[in-house]
Amino acid sequence: MKRTVLYDRHVALGARIVPFGGWEMPVQYAGVIAEHEAVRQRAGLFDVCHMGEVFISGPDATAYVNSIQTNNVAGMAAGQVLYSVMCDENGNALDDLLVYRLGPQSWLLIVNAGNCEKDYVWMASHTDGARVTVQNRSADFGLLALQGPKAAVIASAVITFPKELKYYHFALASFEGAEVIVSRTGYTGEDGVELMVPAEKTVALWDALMAAGKEAGIAPCGLAARDLLRIEAGYSLYGHELEADIDPLTAGLRWVVKMDHEFIGKEALEGLIPARKKIAFTLEGKNIPRQGFPLLVDGVPAGTVTSGTFSPSLQKPIGIGYIAADKGVSPGATIAVDIRGKQLPARVCKLPFINPGVFK
Amino acid sequence: MEYPDGLSYTKDHEWALEEEGVVTIGITDYAQSELGDVVFVELPEEGTVIKAGEPFGVVESVKSVSDLYCPVSGEVLEVNHDLEGEPELVNSSCYDAGWMMKIAVSNKKELGELLSAEQYADYIKSLK
Repeated sequence: MKRTVLYDRHVALGARIVPFGGWEMPVQYAGVIAEHEAVRQRAGLFDVCHMGEVFISGPDATAYVNSIQTNNVAGMAAGQVLYSVMCDENGNALDDLLVYRLGPQSWLLIVNAGNCEKDYVWMASHTDGARVTVQNRSADFGLLALQGPKAAVIASAVITFPKELKYYHFALASFEGAEVIVSRTGYTGEDGVELMVPAEKTVALWDALMAAGKEAGIAPCGLAARDLLRIEAGYSLYGHELEADIDPLTAGLRWVVKMDHEFIGKEALEGLIPARKKIAFTLEGKNIPRQGFPLLVDGVPAGTVTSGTFSPSLQKPIGIGYIAADKGVSPGATIAVDIRGKQLPARVCKLPFINPGVFK
Repeated sequence: MEYPDGLSYTKDHEWALEEEGVVTIGITDYAQSELGDVVFVELPEEGTVIKAGEPFGVVESVKSVSDLYCPVSGEVLEVNHDLEGEPELVNSSCYDAGWMMKIAVSNKKELGELLSAEQYADYIKSLK
């Protein structure tokens, strides 16, 4: 089991540590509800150093990156970030990731911790003669996510970056003489930044952000809050809404599958009519739908829950899942979730569950 | 973690306190800490008869769900209705305001089979 450079900080802050994607990570500090509130009202700081950083460069880098992404990266300007999916030949999702254009032929891909090694091996073995260098430099960098309405103000007290930095754009900044990538991105639905720093400067940056945010009420936040916030915001998580046997169209990610360029998996996705449909739902009772629980339409099993939690924002249980497309279930419909043998009614709704202060 | 003397404990992380034939039941500090923020406690109806070791309810936290197991046999006299509106009492006051139910114990001998505070603390250490 691997530890991030911030492990000692988490222990000192009283975090509960759990295994996640091969890493020992903080699941919570003060408590998931308090951390959720910190992010929605003020600011929360997340250790996301476990995520993977893969650099791609070389004369054919842009064409190569485009050939392994469902989204079309060719038109991106340096300084832009794009959400994308990487598929295998069958169109199934290997991972979902953020693509950073560093320069004309220089790219950074930020991938999920649990998939990083597998992604890297797959990328390195699918260059198909392209003149590129693919480097897994995950160990060289730390990544912090500072999220919440006060996040940008707190970050700018520690590092200098353009105030007008737009959503899904990044800027280069410096911290204690080291280069930092400041990216206006996140996984909570709130405004915020993600900061990539050399591994050896990560602890100092964490400490500086915690100190700068003290007055504003910054809170260190764990994986439990991260999961809760991303479900409320309707974001997919690999291992839940995305899996090795789920394609991005089924996963409701058609908006990042661009058929105007060639990419691995395109043939399989062309003309694909998903047999399952991603849905979101709320429950009126207090029982929480959990991953794997059956979904029923008219009393007949028709799908499965992929993510579920209690939403402190809505004060009710919420869930995301897949349901047979031929059932024609759409927002407003009533279905049922089998929660430990009880069929409890659930109302289908649109994603996201809440519209927080997303900065765009 | 606190495990007060004078309470009896189960390996399923419930505590029991007997006073004149009435046993008050809740979950331990270890249990509430492992669960994280509790958002719902499902408890039996008053009058239900439950056997030792059987499930009597469910506790849902944001992150997970856990069955509750009855430490002793008997009839449910009272459940803590405060938990309907304030389930977080299980986290903030697991041995006091966060109690779950009171049972008229039918066989006091069962209390003798439960763990002491010291035995329970040793058991928790053995889990780590």
